[in-house]
Amino acid sequence: MTIAALTKPWQALSYGFLDASAKRELRRKMLKAIAVPGCQMPYASREVPMARGWGTGGLQVTLTLLRPSSVVKVIDQGADDSVNAASIRSFLSKVSGATETWDTTAATILQSRHRIPEERLRADQVLVLQVPNPEPLRPVEPNMSIARQMHADADYGRLWLILYEQIVRSGRVMQGAAYPSLVNGRHVMTPSPIPRWDVPKLHMAQHLTFLSAGREKRLYAVPPFTRVEPLVFSDIPYQVEDHAALTCHRSGLRGYFMNEIPQDDGSAQFELSDSHLGIKAIRQAEGSAVEIGPTWYENGKMPQ
Amino acid sequence: MIAIDTALALQAPQLMTTPPLLTMAGVSRRYGDVVALQDVSATVYPGEVLGIVGESGSGKSTLLRMMNLEDTPDAGDYRLALPDLSGNLFDLDRFARRMLCATRIGIVYQNPHLGLLMKHTSSGNVAERLLIAGERSFATLRGRAREALGASEFPLERMDARPIELSGGMQQRVQLAKAIALEPALLLLDEPTTGLDVSVQALVLDTLKRLQRDRAITMVIVSHDLGVIRTMADRVMVMRRGRVVEQGLADQIFQDPQHEYTQQLVHAKL
Repeated sequence: MTIAALTKPWQALSYGFLDASAKRELRRKMLKAIAVPGCQMPYASREVPMARGWGTGGLQVTLTLLRPSSVVKVIDQGADDSVNAASIRSFLSKVSGATETWDTTAATILQSRHRIPEERLRADQVLVLQVPNPEPLRPVEPNMSIARQMHADADYGRLWLILYEQIVRSGRVMQGAAYPSLVNGRHVMTPSPIPRWDVPKLHMAQHLTFLSAGREKRLYAVPPFTRVEPLVFSDIPYQVEDHAALTCHRSGLRGYFMNEIPQDDGSAQFELSDSHLGIKAIRQAEGSAVEIGPTWYENGKMPQ
Repeated sequence: MIAIDTALALQAPQLMTTPPLLTMAGVSRRYGDVVALQDVSATVYPGEVLGIVGESGSGKSTLLRMMNLEDTPDAGDYRLALPDLSGNLFDLDRFARRMLCATRIGIVYQNPHLGLLMKHTSSGNVAERLLIAGERSFATLRGRAREALGASEFPLERMDARPIELSGGMQQRVQLAKAIALEPALLLLDEPTTGLDVSVQALVLDTLKRLQRDRAITMVIVSHDLGVIRTMADRVMVMRRGRVVEQGLADQIFQDPQHEYTQQLVHAKL
């Protein structure tokens, strides 16, 4: 018997780019992460054809979840057409045969950084968030071994210290993104760099969310219908960005998270951060048969 | 009741009618070949200040670390007479230890870097104690941090400065405020004034004295400086090479030292 007889015939790539053992590793850790919501699971993060820090963690989770019938949407800062989002999306469809889409309601897997789409996600959709720094305790405990002990003991008192000092220095909570949140009443997670506006969307959501950090080799999950509560003081309520009264100058939509566009005359205009929602609204206004799904925020407010 | 291994050492006078707050018995600890503590016993009564003196390496700081549950001895028993506590505290798990240390025991270290988060605000350092104990109201945190810093005579206009920007004496005051924020049953002071110049040292000792008088806090103070011990302590324990060689009322020890080493120590004071 020769070695050649024992090996499989040469193939250009495995299905979904990652080899079977890499996918098995990810699947195991993803199941574990679902079993203990918000708890960071270490995993063997593989090399993917992208630099660490560009979404390799999210990419590995997405590659593991993909099948030919999947429909993938990838957004970067809310936009489908940015270079990073477009290349990740085309890579995903190339290695798996999945369909590409920009439409939130049509997608089955959504990979994102910085934003959760404004249209409500359903139970049959999976959100994958790319996380640069998965450790919420890093600002207060630089020693990661001790931080892990603090997670085990649910010793989260120091996280309020960050908020305390922001209020002392600036009069309000300045945590703009990655707002530490308590998942299922047990583990505090950092919900990747999504703005405060998006954190309530994770609370008791119908969809499954994976958060994965490729460089830090940690992944965690928010299963459907799980409590996600941002840390707050009992006498200072949680506040989202005050974008409720802003109007998008292109689509005319109001009450969503906006990007500020500085103008030549020094003033500023706003446009929807969720770019495809804006595109849909414009098409609808032009008379095309486009359906905008139900949104999390209604009239700038998140119904409780 | 107090086990003393030297015949020369005096039994502590049993004037107190209340039961002791802190009882340590037969604590031994070795680090490799080094004997840090050998069968040490100690008793502290409520409202009392116990001074521990001894040369460097005599085990006094190790003993204090044991009292703060930072280290576990090879053998020994440690009890605090507090309402909801029973049994040997060395048997507590990490979680219970941390809660006990945060809520019932305050500590001031010689080196402020050990006790403070240097890059956070001073008031935040005090608030951290309250946060660990579960306080979640910003107004209460702010108010109680101000109160504790005021009680340790910290200038309140600097309460939001970072300890790293403060002088050594101020840093010790922040540590003290942090230690007393939750009104602990026991306050441990590990060389609290070492490294401060004499005038600042006097001010810090004044604050400690006043706190002791106003709040009747039970204190254990470790120092190699007999002056500090003489000012603060009601009762003194002399340690050498991991053993207690003598203990008694402060005046007794300073006026009429019995053990050879204590005599040397008292007479060597300039």
